[in-house]
Amino acid sequence: MSTHAPTPIKPDSAAPPPVEKIKIKVDGRDLEVPKTMPDWQGKPQPTTMLQACQLAGIEIPHYCYHPKLPIAGNCRMCLVEFGTPMLGPDRKPILNEDGTPRIAKSVLPYEPGTARGAIGCATAISPGMEIYPNSPATKQMREAVLESLLINHPLDCPICDQAGECKLQEYSVEHGQAASRFVETKVHKPKQVDLGPRIMLDDERCILCSRCVRFTRDIAGDDALGFVNRGSYNTLASYPGRSFDNNYTLNTVDICPVGALTSKDFRFQMRVWFLREAKSLCASCGTGCNITVGSREEKIYRFEPRENDAVNSSWMCDAGRLNYKWIGREDRLVKLGGSRLKAATWTGAVKELAEALRASKPGTLAIIASARQTTEELYLIKKIATRLGAVTDSIPRVGEGDKLLVSPDKNPNSNGARLTGISGPALGSSLPGIADRIRSGAIRGLIVFGEDVTRHGVSVAMLQGLDLLVVSDVLPSKTVELAHYLLPGCAPAEKRGSFVNVKGRAQRFVKAVEARGDARPEFEWLTELTGALGVENPPRSVEGCFNHLAKEIPAFGGLSWASLGETGAAAAI
Amino acid sequence: MIVNRKDLSWWERLYLPAIASGFKVTLRHFFKKKVTMQYPEEKWSVPPGYRGAPYLVKDQEGRTKCVSCQLCEFVCPPRAISITPPGPAVQTDAENVEKRPREFEINMLRCIFCGLCQEVCPEEAIFLMKDYSLNGESRKEMIFNKDKLLALGGVHNDRIMKWKQKAVEARRQEVFPVQEARP
Repeated sequence: MSTHAPTPIKPDSAAPPPVEKIKIKVDGRDLEVPKTMPDWQGKPQPTTMLQACQLAGIEIPHYCYHPKLPIAGNCRMCLVEFGTPMLGPDRKPILNEDGTPRIAKSVLPYEPGTARGAIGCATAISPGMEIYPNSPATKQMREAVLESLLINHPLDCPICDQAGECKLQEYSVEHGQAASRFVETKVHKPKQVDLGPRIMLDDERCILCSRCVRFTRDIAGDDALGFVNRGSYNTLASYPGRSFDNNYTLNTVDICPVGALTSKDFRFQMRVWFLREAKSLCASCGTGCNITVGSREEKIYRFEPRENDAVNSSWMCDAGRLNYKWIGREDRLVKLGGSRLKAATWTGAVKELAEALRASKPGTLAIIASARQTTEELYLIKKIATRLGAVTDSIPRVGEGDKLLVSPDKNPNSNGARLTGISGPALGSSLPGIADRIRSGAIRGLIVFGEDVTRHGVSVAMLQGLDLLVVSDVLPSKTVELAHYLLPGCAPAEKRGSFVNVKGRAQRFVKAVEARGDARPEFEWLTELTGALGVENPPRSVEGCFNHLAKEIPAFGGLSWASLGETGAAAAI
Repeated sequence: MIVNRKDLSWWERLYLPAIASGFKVTLRHFFKKKVTMQYPEEKWSVPPGYRGAPYLVKDQEGRTKCVSCQLCEFVCPPRAISITPPGPAVQTDAENVEKRPREFEINMLRCIFCGLCQEVCPEEAIFLMKDYSLNGESRKEMIFNKDKLLALGGVHNDRIMKWKQKAVEARRQEVFPVQEARP
């Protein structure tokens, strides 16, 4: 939950009309800011003091404000002192002796000596306005708000999962007081409240910012949360008799500025400051949500959404987020194997494999790749297939989608398989043909990547009848058991590469953890194998491979690995 | 730079006077209080503030004070401490402290007795005690686990008992109307 820049206008929308600029002063500096800025839905709304300060590079502390949620203005943390130009009876600005407009600072009406702040997140700027984000009065307001928020806060940071990424901790250090003046008994509220299958609530820690309420109502469309009771006993609760169990509940844990909403999955697993973060992609469906993988000592602890307005905004679904446990499964394939492999090292294995493939007659091979593989791997597989005269296809995976993020296409790289020519426009359309030709004996050798073909029309008996069966996979399956050459592969979190999502956005991801044992990114041995099979100048690096294929495949329109950046770029599909 | 060696005088070249003065010092110590001791049968009593081996403590009511916040693991310069947090399972017997270490290991071969773990501990759960002679027959034996550390650490008299106070306060305010409405 780091600082959010104001929502940029989506690149795919038509170019917005030029926005009128107005002149204001922030912290004594003259500044021209747009009169309107897009709100959480992308509609232009008057620019607020908080946004103006962000444009000036000054961060105003805030809890309830979130650029992707409607504004509530209830935490009061973003209070700032401001002033507006004084107007005479003729509605013209009154000028000082030196010709500058005279500024009337906002003060309490009944106590003109005391500054009266306004909340930065919901107060629109006006021409000539002056904002004082660092004035003594502003600092005093922040200190007072924090003191109020901390009155009933349990201060159980040592047992709180949010510690280390908690806005209450951060702002207390930056803007708060060193000691508490509160000597009365704190109000206690329920702890360890079971809100839903994935969420545990600690009411004592809640600062009632209502981010979670707004998220689940306005983004997830499941109005499940609300506040009950009044005053000090104000408490977050789910609707009576209902469990908070939609597919987006864990986003409320991310946006909770304190440790009130905790993920049952990550609860008490690891402190956040130990986690190494890698910018990766969710591979659970075709949407390709941008994620941050948190790992420590080669163990993955959590997936968190990473902001990308062209794909997933700041959110991701619970199913995708929790789909990481298989990566650390005990039965992962970690040894080179298969009934015919003699070598114990990759060098030897690739050599043996190249010999076996060269010995097969052209036109008797088929390759069943997976649309879960990276575009670079699929490209190399296609190269090998062309060299060997093999037919290729990949397996479609269709499930249920929703209106928000989940795509019905459960393969993360179906478009990659189409663009590299592994599959036709419809994935899996040549599978029945391949199965028939295996049955008839026309196809004598099969290379399978990451799929259990016994579940897709190629029976165990048909596999047993083959002269050559090469399998590259990560988890055991019936196909793996029958392999003549078994090459252990990697999960997306264990390798680098790029996916092309359902909307044709090419996005790259980096390695988060190291694979165990012999398991090795498929790209590495595929590039060795292409070389051994006599393909000229096979790309040696993932970057080089992407740059190469982007030149060769017109849909990528001259993209390069570098131009993909951290949020990807659109390919023409 | 060359330092010229001073030539010894005639008196010094005799050597015997120096030997005699040496024996004089030895003889004087015959009649003084002994400064050596019969280690390991006799043990040295360490001064207060001595930084010996770090152990875990329990409070006077027998609760393991460590809540598994992992700050000591983070601050430990030689990375001698390794904590396994408890995971998400709700601990019903935990009163107000929902978290405690599932395992807590200190590799005493790595420990440099710097005391940062004690300094950083927000719960006063780990203390550098007076043990200075740690030995074992294998490396594995020198990795002290939670049970061993607790047994060696003993009881620390907690004057505040903050978690207990919180539990007492919470019980006094037991009415939470919202709880009944929850599924």
